[in-house]
Amino acid sequence: MEILMSIVVGILFMAATYLMLSKSLLRIIIGTGLLSHGAHLLILTMGGLKKGAAPLLGEEASSYVDPLPQALILTAIVISFGVTSFSLVMAYRAYQELGSDNMDQLRGNDHNE
Amino acid sequence: MTLLHAAIISPFLLAILIPFLYKNFRNIHTGWFVLILPVVLFGYFLSFIGETVTSTVKWIPSLGINFTAYVDGLGLLFALLITGIGALVVLYSIYYLSKEKEKLNHFYVYLLMFMGAMLGVVLSDNVIVLYTFWEFTSLSSFLLIGYWYHREKSRYGALKSMLITVFGGLAMLGGFVLLYLMSGTFSIRGMIDAVPQMMDNPLFILALVLVLLGAFTKSAQFPFYIWLPDAMEAPTPVSAYLHSATMVKAGIYLVARFSPVFALTPEWFWLVSLFGIVTLFWGSLNAVKQTDLKAILAFSTVSQLGLIMSLLGVGAAALHYDSLDDNYFTIATVAAIFHLINHATFKGSLFMVAGIVDHETGTRDIRKLGGLMSFMPITFTIAVIGAFSMAGLPPFNGFLSKEMFFTGMIHVTKMDIFNADTWGLLFPVLAWIASVFTFLYSMVLVFKTFTGPAQLEKLERKPHEAPIGMLIPPIILASLVVIFGFFPNLLSYTLIEPAVESILTSLLPEGKQFKVHIYFWHGPTPELFMTIGVILIGTLLYLTLGKWRKVYDLFPKKLALNKLYDASINGMERFSNSFTRFYMTGFIRDYLAYIFVFLIVITLGTMAVKGGFAFTLDGTAEIGIYEVVLALAMVLGTVTILFSKSRLTAIIALGSVGYSLALFFVLFRAPDLALTQLVIETVSVALFLLCFYFLPKFKKREKKLSFRLVNFLISLGVGLTVTLVAISANSSRAGETISSYFIENSYKLAGGKNMVNVILVDFRGFDTLFEIAVLCIAALGIYGMVKLRMAKGEEG
Repeated sequence: MEILMSIVVGILFMAATYLMLSKSLLRIIIGTGLLSHGAHLLILTMGGLKKGAAPLLGEEASSYVDPLPQALILTAIVISFGVTSFSLVMAYRAYQELGSDNMDQLRGNDHNE
Repeated sequence: MTLLHAAIISPFLLAILIPFLYKNFRNIHTGWFVLILPVVLFGYFLSFIGETVTSTVKWIPSLGINFTAYVDGLGLLFALLITGIGALVVLYSIYYLSKEKEKLNHFYVYLLMFMGAMLGVVLSDNVIVLYTFWEFTSLSSFLLIGYWYHREKSRYGALKSMLITVFGGLAMLGGFVLLYLMSGTFSIRGMIDAVPQMMDNPLFILALVLVLLGAFTKSAQFPFYIWLPDAMEAPTPVSAYLHSATMVKAGIYLVARFSPVFALTPEWFWLVSLFGIVTLFWGSLNAVKQTDLKAILAFSTVSQLGLIMSLLGVGAAALHYDSLDDNYFTIATVAAIFHLINHATFKGSLFMVAGIVDHETGTRDIRKLGGLMSFMPITFTIAVIGAFSMAGLPPFNGFLSKEMFFTGMIHVTKMDIFNADTWGLLFPVLAWIASVFTFLYSMVLVFKTFTGPAQLEKLERKPHEAPIGMLIPPIILASLVVIFGFFPNLLSYTLIEPAVESILTSLLPEGKQFKVHIYFWHGPTPELFMTIGVILIGTLLYLTLGKWRKVYDLFPKKLALNKLYDASINGMERFSNSFTRFYMTGFIRDYLAYIFVFLIVITLGTMAVKGGFAFTLDGTAEIGIYEVVLALAMVLGTVTILFSKSRLTAIIALGSVGYSLALFFVLFRAPDLALTQLVIETVSVALFLLCFYFLPKFKKREKKLSFRLVNFLISLGVGLTVTLVAISANSSRAGETISSYFIENSYKLAGGKNMVNVILVDFRGFDTLFEIAVLCIAALGIYGMVKLRMAKGEEG
C-alpha cells in the first residue's frame, strides 16, 4: 500500500513541478496547490498506513491509526490554505495592475540596464 | 600600555585631533602641529640604540593575539627611518602644500595614519598585529595617492596600488596562518625557535611563497612593480615618504624579518635573489625611457628595491657557512642594510628636488626643462649629490654600498651550494648592466634638468630658487648622503650591526657580536674596476643617447605589464558581467529549474554515494480495491490538469484531486482531516474561479501548455526523487512511533477522546496558536492588498 501511495505522491509532485515551470501565473499557483496535496499525502503515507480504528477513544478498538501525522497534516492544510489564498489574491491584483499573467512579461526591466 | 605602545599609536591619536586643529587654527599651517610628533618620536627611538626591548599589551589573549612591541636592531632602524624622514617630509609639505587651496586636514590625517601604521608594522612581534598595520599602510597609501581625487589618473593609480598591495597582503596573511599552524604561535620569535620542526612540513614552502608574495607586491618587485609608477599621481611629499623611503620598504622589512625563518631553504635564496636582480635590471632599463622626473624616480626606486632584495637573498647564503670570519655572504646582508639607509636618504632628497622643480616651474617633463642650474643653484647641488650617490659614484654613500653590492654578487659565482656555480654568473652580469643603466638615468635626471639651454618659453612661470623651508629637508638629506659617504662607520656600530644581528640571528654564537667595518674601499679590487667600467660605458651611452634612444623606446612598450594588468581587470569585469547575464535571466522559470535540478542531483547523488536506496515490502499494509480505484481517480485528475486546454478545466480537475485526497483521508481513517480538506478545497476552488473570472479579456490565451521537453524531464526527475526517497525511507524505519503515548494519555491527562483534537489544542497547542497567527496575517495581507492602492504614478 505504501509503495502505491509513494508512486501516487511522486506523480503529484511531478505534475506540480511541471506546472510551476510554466509561464502562466495561474498555472504556477495550481502547481503549488497540487504540491501541497502531494506533501500532505506523503506525510500520511510516511506515518504508516496500517489498518486500525480512527483515532477516537470512543471506538474501544484494540489498535488505532497514528494520530500524530494527522495533527501535523491538519496544521499544514490550514497554513497552505492561508498561503494559497494570499498568493491568489496577489495574482488577482497583479492582473489588475499590470494587465498580464505571463511570467515572461512580469520579469522586471532592470535586467536590460 | 607602556610608553612604547603609546609611541606606536600616537600618530593615530594625533590624527583624531587634526580636523579640530585645522578648523580652529586656520591661519597656522596644520603641518606645524604635525611636525612636533615625528621629531619627538625620532628622539625617543634614538634612545633605544643598542637595546632590545619587548613589551606586551594583551589584545585577544584567548587566540594568542597580543600587541607585542619588539624593538631590536632591524625594527629600530626602520622606526628611525620612518620618524626621521617623516619629520623632514612634514616640514617639506608645509611649504609644498598651500594653506588656502588644499584640504590639509585630509592630508595630515592620512599621513599620520600611515606613519602610525608603518611604526606598527616594523615594531610588532605578533604577525596578526603586523598584518593589521600592514593593511593600514595599504589603506592610507590608497587615500594619499587619491588625494587629488578629482583627477582621473589619481583614482586609477590609487585603485591599482590598492588592488595589488591588498592582493599581496591577503597572500601574506595566508602565509602567516600556515606558519601558525606549523609552529603553534603567532609570535615571530616563537616561529624562529620552531624552525627545526617546521622545515620538513610540506606546507613550509607554501608559507614561504605566500609571505614572499606579500613582500614582493608591497616592495614593487617584478612583476608587481606596475603600481608604483602610477602612484606618482600623489603629492610629491607622499611620493618621497611612502613610495621611496618607507612603505615600499615594508616588503624589504618583511623579507629581512622572516630571513631567520625561511633562509635555510634553497627556494628562499633563489626566489628572493632572482626576483630582486630581475627587478633591478628591469627597473633601471625602464627608467631611462621615462621623460617625467617622478616617473624616472619611480622606476629607479623599483630598481633600487630590487637591488636591496637581491642582496637579502644572497645574504641568506651566509647561513650555510658556519664560520663568521671570511664569510663573504654576511657582506651582502650588511650591504642590504647599508643601501637601505642610503637609498632612503638620496631618494628622499631627489623626490623633494623633483617637487621643487615642479613647484617652481610648473612642469616635471624633462623635455621642457633645462638650464635651471643658474636659477636654482642650491636645488642643483642637492640633485647632483643625490643623483651621483644613486649612480654609485665616490665620495658619496651610494658608492660604498654599490661596491659592497658588487662584492656580494661576485661571490655568488663562487658559491658551492644550490647549483649556484652554473647560474651564478648571471648575478654579477645583470648587476653590472643594471648599474650602467642606473648611472645613465641618474645623469639624465640631473643634466637634462639643470644644464643645457633654458627653455623659458615652455615653462608656466619664471623659475627661481625655492623658499628656504622647502630646501631645508633635502639639504639635511643631502648632507647625510655626504656624511655617510665619508664616515660610514658612524652607522655601522649604531644601526647596521644590530640590524644584521637580527637578520642573521642563528649565525651568531652566544655572547658574540657582529663587527662591521665599512672601510675597505682602498685598493684595486675587482669591484673598483667594475665601477670604473660602469662610469666609462655609462658616460659613453649618455653622450650617444640621442642616437640609440629610438631603438630602445620601441622595445619595452611591447613588454609593458600595464597592458596586461588593464586587460585582465577589464577582462575579469567583462567575464563576470556576461557570466551573471548568462544565468541571472530574470525568468522565474529558470530559477525554479536550477532549484529543482539541484534538488534532484543532490538528493539522488547523496543516496547513490551513501547507498541509501532500500526496497522492502515487509510491514507495509495490504492494498485494498478502494484505494487503487481512488489512486487511479487522483492520477486521472492530475493528468487532466496537465493536458487541459482551458484553465477552467484545470481548476475543476484540481478540485477533483483535492476531493480525492479528502476521500483518501476517509479511507485511511482520518475524519478530521477529511472534514477540513473538503471545506478548504471548496473555498480554494471558489477562490481560483474568482481569479479566473477577473482575468483581463484580451489576455485569455486559452492555449495548450507549451510542451517543453526540459520541463518534462525536470519534473519527471522531481517525481522520481520523491518516490524513491519515500520508498527508501519507508523501507528502513529507524524506530517505533511515539503515538502510543498520545493514545494512552489523551483521555487520562487531557480528558478528550478525539486524539487528533487533543494533540492540536493540548499536547501541541503551540502549533495551533501560530497556525492561527498565519491565517490572521494572510487575512490582513489580503485586506491590505485589496484596499490599499497607490495613486497613479506614485512609486511603491
